[in-house]
Amino acid sequence: MSEFFHMGGYGGYVWSAMAIFIGVLALDAIAPLLKRRRVLRELRARARRAQKRNEESA
Amino acid sequence: MNPLVLWFHKLGSPPYFYRLAGRLLPWLWGLALIGLVAGLYGGLVLAPADYQQSDAFRIIYVHVPSAWMSLFIYAFMAANGFIALVWRIKLSETLAMAAAPIGAAFTAICLATGSIWGKPMWGTWWTWDARLTSELVLLFLYLGVIGLYHAIEDRRQASRAAAFLALIGIVNLPIVHFSVKWWNTLHQGSTVKLFGPSLIDSRMLWPLLVMALATKFLFAASLLSRARVDLLELEAGKDWARQVALAGERA
Repeated sequence: MSEFFHMGGYGGYVWSAMAIFIGVLALDAIAPLLKRRRVLRELRARARRAQKRNEESA
Repeated sequence: MNPLVLWFHKLGSPPYFYRLAGRLLPWLWGLALIGLVAGLYGGLVLAPADYQQSDAFRIIYVHVPSAWMSLFIYAFMAANGFIALVWRIKLSETLAMAAAPIGAAFTAICLATGSIWGKPMWGTWWTWDARLTSELVLLFLYLGVIGLYHAIEDRRQASRAAAFLALIGIVNLPIVHFSVKWWNTLHQGSTVKLFGPSLIDSRMLWPLLVMALATKFLFAASLLSRARVDLLELEAGKDWARQVALAGERA
């Protein structure tokens, strides 16, 4: 098993390359989820404002 | 109208696309994840060590698929940019702009992992060779498209201006691809060929092809997930967007 992580002496290179690949793509996957939360929050605030205006004018 | 054209028109409608993408997303993420696990297991565990590079060659399984994706996504972005400029289809504007950060991510991965591979094999992290330089230019093109898009206030004008820049940048794609043929480069030529036999053992080749497929699914998933949010934001004043937001509150 330790031989697997050692990667014939190139462990540092191989594993850091894997870490960059997985890390960057994980961030890429998370980014739209965070934006989605923000956009939905704004949309709900907008809907509430519109409702309030309607009630006031009624 | 024939049914295919009709479906294309329907696809261009943001609420229809939003629902369709929402249904596809779990499958795309699932296929991408399965592919990545299988490809990396095949590449890191099952494939034999290279007779020259020993285990360092395994960086290929993240480096080469990322490089392919950096070109593929740019072509996708430019094609959608072209459609956006000519036919003014809102969905194409959104898709083109949603693709840019994903392409930039793959280009950055390609450059970083290439650098990490270059150190033990070439003895240097970086060299101004044609392949490396043109790939760096590709990253700057992506960043230029993203920057221009965010520099303009009006979303639709912004995406059309950025789409135009993306179109001009197409000139760089053949330069990246053929750089290893046109110039004497430290970077090696293509190992995997679309036409003719590949110069690699099949036990090493299949994980690479699985990774290429998995990154395609990953791109599709990230793209649809980004495009959905962007459409919601773009159509914030429309009734369907309000309904999506209020349905999410109840759920």
